[in-house]
Amino acid sequence: MEHIRTTKVEQVKLLDRFSTSNKSLTGTLYLTATHLLFIDAHQKETWILHHHIASVEKLALTTSGCPLVIQCKNFRTVHFIVPRERDCHDIYNSLLQLSKQAKYEDLYAFSYNPKQNDAERLRGWELIDLAEEYKRMGVPNSNWQLSDANREYKICETYPRELYVPRIASKPIIVGSSKFRSKGRFPVLSYYHQSKEAAICRCSQPLSGFSARCLEDEHLLQAISKANPANRYMYVMDTRPRHRVQSWWATQKDIGRIIVRISSKIWNDEKIRESDEKKRLNAMANRAAGKGYENEDNYSNIRFQFVGIENIHVMRSSLQKLLEVNGTKGLSVNDFYSGLESSGWLRHIKAVMDAAIFLAKAIAAESASVLVHCSDGWDRTSQVCSLGSLLLDPYYRTIRGFMVLIEKDWISFGHKFSERCGHLDGDPKEVSPVFTQFLECVWHLTEQFPQAFEFNEAFLLQIHEHIHSCQFGNFIGNCQKEREELKLKEKTYSLWPFLLDDQKKYLNPLYSSQSQKSAVLEPNTVSFNFKFWRNMYHQFDRTLHPRQSVFNIIMNMNEQNKQLEKDIKDLESQIKQRKTKQTDGILSKELLNSVRPESPALKATLSLKEQALLPVNNVLRTIEGSSPADNRYSEYADEFSKAEPAVVSLEYGVARMTC
Amino acid sequence: MEFAELIKTPRVDNVVLHRPFYPAVEGTLCLTGHHLILSSRQDNTEELWLLHSNIDAIDKRFVGPLGTIIIKCKDFRIIQLDIPGMEECLNIASSIEALSTLDSITLMYPFFYRPMFEVIEDGWHSFLPEQEFELYSSTISEWRLSYVNKEFSVCPSYPPAVIVPKAIDDDALRKVATFRHGGRFPVLSYYHKKNGMVIMRSGQPLTGTNGRRCKEDEKLINATLRAGKRGYIIDTRPLNIAQQARAKGGGFEQEAHYPQWRRIHKSIDRYHILQESLIKLVESCNDQTQNMDRWLSKLEASNWLTHIKEILTTACLAAQCLDREGASILIHGTEGTDSTLQVTSLAQIILEPRSRTIRGFEALIEREWLQAGHPFQQRCAQSAYCNSKQKWESPVFLLFLDCVWQILRQFPCSFEFNENFLIMLFEHAYASQFGTFLGNNESERCKLKLQQKTMSLWSWVNRPSELSKFTNPLFEANNLVIWPSVAPQSLQLWEDSEAYLLK
Repeated sequence: MEHIRTTKVEQVKLLDRFSTSNKSLTGTLYLTATHLLFIDAHQKETWILHHHIASVEKLALTTSGCPLVIQCKNFRTVHFIVPRERDCHDIYNSLLQLSKQAKYEDLYAFSYNPKQNDAERLRGWELIDLAEEYKRMGVPNSNWQLSDANREYKICETYPRELYVPRIASKPIIVGSSKFRSKGRFPVLSYYHQSKEAAICRCSQPLSGFSARCLEDEHLLQAISKANPANRYMYVMDTRPRHRVQSWWATQKDIGRIIVRISSKIWNDEKIRESDEKKRLNAMANRAAGKGYENEDNYSNIRFQFVGIENIHVMRSSLQKLLEVNGTKGLSVNDFYSGLESSGWLRHIKAVMDAAIFLAKAIAAESASVLVHCSDGWDRTSQVCSLGSLLLDPYYRTIRGFMVLIEKDWISFGHKFSERCGHLDGDPKEVSPVFTQFLECVWHLTEQFPQAFEFNEAFLLQIHEHIHSCQFGNFIGNCQKEREELKLKEKTYSLWPFLLDDQKKYLNPLYSSQSQKSAVLEPNTVSFNFKFWRNMYHQFDRTLHPRQSVFNIIMNMNEQNKQLEKDIKDLESQIKQRKTKQTDGILSKELLNSVRPESPALKATLSLKEQALLPVNNVLRTIEGSSPADNRYSEYADEFSKAEPAVVSLEYGVARMTC
Repeated sequence: MEFAELIKTPRVDNVVLHRPFYPAVEGTLCLTGHHLILSSRQDNTEELWLLHSNIDAIDKRFVGPLGTIIIKCKDFRIIQLDIPGMEECLNIASSIEALSTLDSITLMYPFFYRPMFEVIEDGWHSFLPEQEFELYSSTISEWRLSYVNKEFSVCPSYPPAVIVPKAIDDDALRKVATFRHGGRFPVLSYYHKKNGMVIMRSGQPLTGTNGRRCKEDEKLINATLRAGKRGYIIDTRPLNIAQQARAKGGGFEQEAHYPQWRRIHKSIDRYHILQESLIKLVESCNDQTQNMDRWLSKLEASNWLTHIKEILTTACLAAQCLDREGASILIHGTEGTDSTLQVTSLAQIILEPRSRTIRGFEALIEREWLQAGHPFQQRCAQSAYCNSKQKWESPVFLLFLDCVWQILRQFPCSFEFNENFLIMLFEHAYASQFGTFLGNNESERCKLKLQQKTMSLWSWVNRPSELSKFTNPLFEANNLVIWPSVAPQSLQLWEDSEAYLLK
């Protein structure tokens, strides 16, 4: 609380983000220890969590007051005008302090109390059990076993304690391989495909240099290959793209000779497509620097595949550009599309998707195991492994399965959530929307396969909300070891049980679990299938959204159908009962007596049920229209019922109607 | 002329058909006067019945004795026929070319088509102007039905019956007609029951360079406003284009002569600009190999969505003037047969719940497009694959349907019909067995005796068995005005139509 000087400012204006005529709402701004709150004249509340604030900007003083622009990590942008400059300055300073915490212990999760007791909290943390998940996949088995090599985080600090490796890979091989791999992240199992007996493995790049070899590493790869009896070759996917190596090469004349030799070998290799050439050269550039890719000569039965996903810095600036374009007032269609193109965002999304599709095809069509790596093996590798598994295994397309997938490929394998999401005041160059891209890829899949996912878009948005909110402990820290040191399971709550409690909100009404049994998704990646994800990047700009939700209506219909089906069953069973009674009655010659008194009773239940049905409908509809805290959808309904001209009126106010 | 003269080879065996979404089929190809038919003659299944009038362009290729004909349809489909034998292939190709470009309307399929269904309701009489006027008559006392154009003598592109202010007699209308482009004097397009405001449409005033005036025109336009009320004239052309039009005898209303009215200029493109936009769009949709950057820049360069945005914005502006400002409006561009109709019809979709029902939408198309004289015959003569570049070919109606689709996407429960209904209308506007979209206006349709000689599209659509395909299961009547968002982030490419090859 020591950062808060002003807790309440009145007569603050909230400007409409896309209005060209400075339309605004007037209200009161409150500053609490965890949130910034704006209540407008209609008592509508806008809550902004301090942790969600990405940047605060104080603009030059205007006649109406001091403008304060806040951009949030969940893509909310608010523009306040505070009447007095001093108030604005106080709030500005407080927000700067409150949005960037120096210590983990100051994050919201450590003070958030949802009124659960210790046992409930612990049960929440035990909801997702990765050992259970590996068992579901079918490991350990005759080819794969649990390794205790990293039990004490001695080999790799950023891996989890429990790792699955080929049974024939001994501990010295593992240790040897880990020394050869960046950050000790040696090849381990990420996903096992039971029926194909093929595996997705992951690691970091080898520290091979130009001549160095590591026999243990070669052995470990052989072991992975042999652990797949279905196929004698395996793939190694390097997910990295072309760097700016050409100029780098030019300056490295002394090693130019070696390049010529290697590239001529590459040219002669029939297997290698021309397009891979540059990517290979890049990987070789890395190799000259002591890091790089596996020398093909030293690994037999291995097919190398390069896919071009850009690094975290490119992704960060790409998103930045995208958001800049979309924040423009009075954006034209052409500016929107040229901005979308120059940001490169959809190109990057497509690259991630293409990589995942390659991975899934290698396993599904060729039964080949695949080892995926990038540089450190916690960003692009996590994207590709998790998305590939999602394509292969319908379980990950359920609500619970998706949680497991995130726990496994992202949280446990050390995707650096705290650094990538900028939870603490740290290096801004470590921030990158890697996980957001993963969610977007999943969204594109839900668009192409509307029946394949148990969850809906709101689920993805909610998870995105919480990777930045720091309200729950799941995404705090950068690896499991750090999380244990922070004692997150004792001091904070897990997000997953709360999402499961709210499951109804996140269900996809079109989901068909039957048709998805063992179905591998084969998305079409023709460019035009990739669309701008408006509901993510404009989730708070409700004027841009459809005003009616098909999802809500279908949910209501489903609910009604269930009720009707239940009624049918009830009635049928009653008919059955009556029939048996009738036959009894005939036998005992008491037919007339038994039928007459009963039929009005049956009618009564029937009409009761009919009445019961209507309120169900109405209740759902009122929820949809009246509770603004619920979600975006309710807000549309709100707006819709008022039938205010939205964007149109803003752009073409009466003032501009003269010529 | 006999069709047989044009068909040199009526039948070829062992032809292979390739088309999107279906496996290749080998079968017998037959040419009739109006159809290209391919059947494998197994299980009596019909593999392909294609109207010659649906063919936009064809390409031929030869590899040895095997010929290939690639047929590009007006509904954007591309199908390929592999035909053994060079002579057969050349014959087929030239027959198709001849049959798909017949000059005479009376040789078109609708004049030969005999329906296989029972006609419950004759669509030709479903939406008579008198009936439409009846719907209003209880509320509109200041308006009347005029038969001044009974013989199509006052305005060749207007129907015989139009709704005009009661205060203006037929003689005055004749005078106004001489002052408006194509004789299109201002007529009622829509009456907003909520506040009694109206949308009128017309052709441009023929002011010319010396600022010609017409007292009757001024009187007519002012007669529609109640005392003290204001009105807006929406000119769908930008000011500079409107000014240039004066040199050719056209022009725009001087505000000094219409003191109660304000003029607003918008810029909706017309003619070949739209046609080129469609050609570019379909071309980039058909190229599946391009990378993301290329696709996005081509989509941008096509300008298709810019046109959509401009049309929707103008329609929203019109609706806003009416509903929010409580002002009547007059809409025109140059002829008043293209962008004008896009705006008047879309404004009604936004304002009038009835026009979002199937019957109401049909009535809207009948009233605001067919009877209002949108020249379908000219505009829909060719589609995205043609090279003819004729000024009068333009996807004006398709853009209107696309705009309706955009609103439908934003209000998925407020429309009684679904996307298939819009696609069906698009297909029939370009090639059909029905006479509805033949001709350029009522006068031409009368001369062709379409009512006697052809079947109406509505007779076919309005049967329960067909309607079920076009009904939106989520429809719940919504009596409010629906305001769509026109931000670029809210507009989408209508893939099912524009790029339906890729779906």
